[in-house]
Amino acid sequence: MSNGNRQVLTGHQVVANAMRQVDPDVVAAYPITPQSEIVEYFSKFVADGKVDSEVITVESEHSAMSACVGSSAAGARTMTATASQGLALMLEIVYIAASMRAPIVMTVANRALSGPINIHCDHSDSMAARDSGVIQIYGEDAQEAYDFTLMAQRLAENEDVLLPVMVTLDGFTLTHTAQVAELLPDDTVTDFVGEYEPLYPLLDVDNPTTQGPFDMPDYYFEHKLQQVEAMNNVPEKFLEVQEEFSDLSDREYSGLFESYRLDDADYAIVLLGSTAGTAKVVVDELRDKGKKVGLLKPWMFRPFPAEEMKEALKEKEAVAVFDRSLSFGSSGPLYLEVSSALSHEDNKPRLYNYTYGLGGRDIAEGHIAEVFEDLENPDLESKMHYINART
Amino acid sequence: MAEFELKKYDEVPIGGVVTGGATPELNETGDWRSNRPIFDEDKCIQCLLCWSHCPDASFYIEDEEVQGIDYDHCKGCGICAEICPVDAITMVPEGEDSEDE
Amino acid sequence: MKEIRWHGRGGQGAKTASQLLADINLQEGKFVQSFPEYGPERSGAPIKAYNRVSDEKIRVHSGVYEPEVVAVVDPTLLSAANPTEGLSSDGILLVNTGKSAEEIKSETGFNGKVLAFNATEVAENAGSGYANVPVLGALVRVLGTDYELARAEVESALLKKLPEEVVEMNLAAFKAGYEAVNN
Repeated sequence: MSNGNRQVLTGHQVVANAMRQVDPDVVAAYPITPQSEIVEYFSKFVADGKVDSEVITVESEHSAMSACVGSSAAGARTMTATASQGLALMLEIVYIAASMRAPIVMTVANRALSGPINIHCDHSDSMAARDSGVIQIYGEDAQEAYDFTLMAQRLAENEDVLLPVMVTLDGFTLTHTAQVAELLPDDTVTDFVGEYEPLYPLLDVDNPTTQGPFDMPDYYFEHKLQQVEAMNNVPEKFLEVQEEFSDLSDREYSGLFESYRLDDADYAIVLLGSTAGTAKVVVDELRDKGKKVGLLKPWMFRPFPAEEMKEALKEKEAVAVFDRSLSFGSSGPLYLEVSSALSHEDNKPRLYNYTYGLGGRDIAEGHIAEVFEDLENPDLESKMHYINART
Repeated sequence: MAEFELKKYDEVPIGGVVTGGATPELNETGDWRSNRPIFDEDKCIQCLLCWSHCPDASFYIEDEEVQGIDYDHCKGCGICAEICPVDAITMVPEGEDSEDE
Repeated sequence: MKEIRWHGRGGQGAKTASQLLADINLQEGKFVQSFPEYGPERSGAPIKAYNRVSDEKIRVHSGVYEPEVVAVVDPTLLSAANPTEGLSSDGILLVNTGKSAEEIKSETGFNGKVLAFNATEVAENAGSGYANVPVLGALVRVLGTDYELARAEVESALLKKLPEEVVEMNLAAFKAGYEAVNN
């Protein structure tokens, strides 16, 4: 199943291997489609003695994240994975993990939130966690999910950051598709992630600490400002980690988002996750026909790279922002961010919001090509547009 | 209650961590109390049940004997008075004088 | 890039065959995707699985709508599913059936190339009993893949989960499937 360094692996297998190579002290998780196989593969690695981690099987995701917070506070390198309802149930404790500055790395296999109940991909689960204080990185394919899981470890544990990191990959589209990926050698990853040295390990009995205490109005605000500062430190640290990772992997990562044929484009699409791959194919086809089109794919959604994105988009003619989740009664979350980033520009591009892919609704090349065609129309309505939905 | 100087966000440990292991000693929490336990040394048989049941570690012990009550931290819950087998502890409303005061 | 669609019933190994094909294509130096269509799965229900094969990195992540090749593992799916959907007349329909290619053409109304052979019988004769592997053998021939390379990959993949004698039966079925069709 391998050819040189290349292997055919599902997204599950790729993430489980990243976890094996990181060799966390503790993994606490609860199964949910489409995440389950990540932890199943990882548990097999543990059972086979390929990794020394302690896997804690718990009775819910709320407990999973609670165990992760306790383990991280104790000073253990800690990872977990979840999806959809699991993340929703976990969310209360994700806020606490962030506020306690627990550098937990978690995978989210993006899946629509109920109801109606649905197991397929959209981004409603991770978007619900966007204000929790967790760093969010979105991957386009299994390779990016692998690479970012490794980079996330370094980012989370950076002393100027110390925040949980969520790495997402689209459920089924990436988790259940066997695709070509390259894994780094185990010892390369070991060297890259290094030893974790916790700042305030609870198990350091010679230096006792109280963790997760109560705050009155006199300190809550200041503790939140600490989180703000940590989040502000993320972009610079992420770029440093990317540079180091690019050197050892021969894969090029340099930025908070990927610009694809964007520089001289008049028309651009902004979107997260696996659909970016399909959009690149469309961009290439339209470029062959002489159309000046491009793509901007944020890797990082939290913190949001507003300033950099403004520079990349401000001179475009028109921009379509694709959201794979709804914020009922408002625009999509990605659209609001892009719109806000451009708000002070005098000659900003025409800006449109498209909702797509809810509950696993497919989006094909033709749908994306139609949006680029839409963008050429200066009279295009600035209402919410729905792609491949029976409106 | 002791007054603390309020510090700026970057002057305190991150994540609300409180360093050092003796935080109750820095805070007087006895001002919650509405009933006060009064300890009668003459009746006491030094069984230490009060000490072992006190949820706030508010009994002074020396040489394995109760010496008195730490009113800076006692919250007046009355468990000690309930558990004492020889009625050596009685609860009186806070503010009422007692010969032990 | 080539796109392939599999039709099978839950439990017949269409998804496994799709993943084996991806492994084989990787050995040829290709880029691949293999994914099933997920729904309320249960044994016996019609399922679809897909392969993409390319010399370049595959970036598209949508469903497959216009496959070049369709492989039907279960004969009853010719009527129960719609295996020729999106298949253009220069595509290939590979069917496990006791009927002739001409009969399949008239049954499905498909004008392109039909390759028909009785994979169920092949599997029974080989002792393996599963039609997915002979269909895979035939598909490997249709795609022009090197036989020895493909056989070696099937062997090493199956040895990871099946006992040696069962693997031998499957390899015999794979060979018979490969030989049952002309490219």
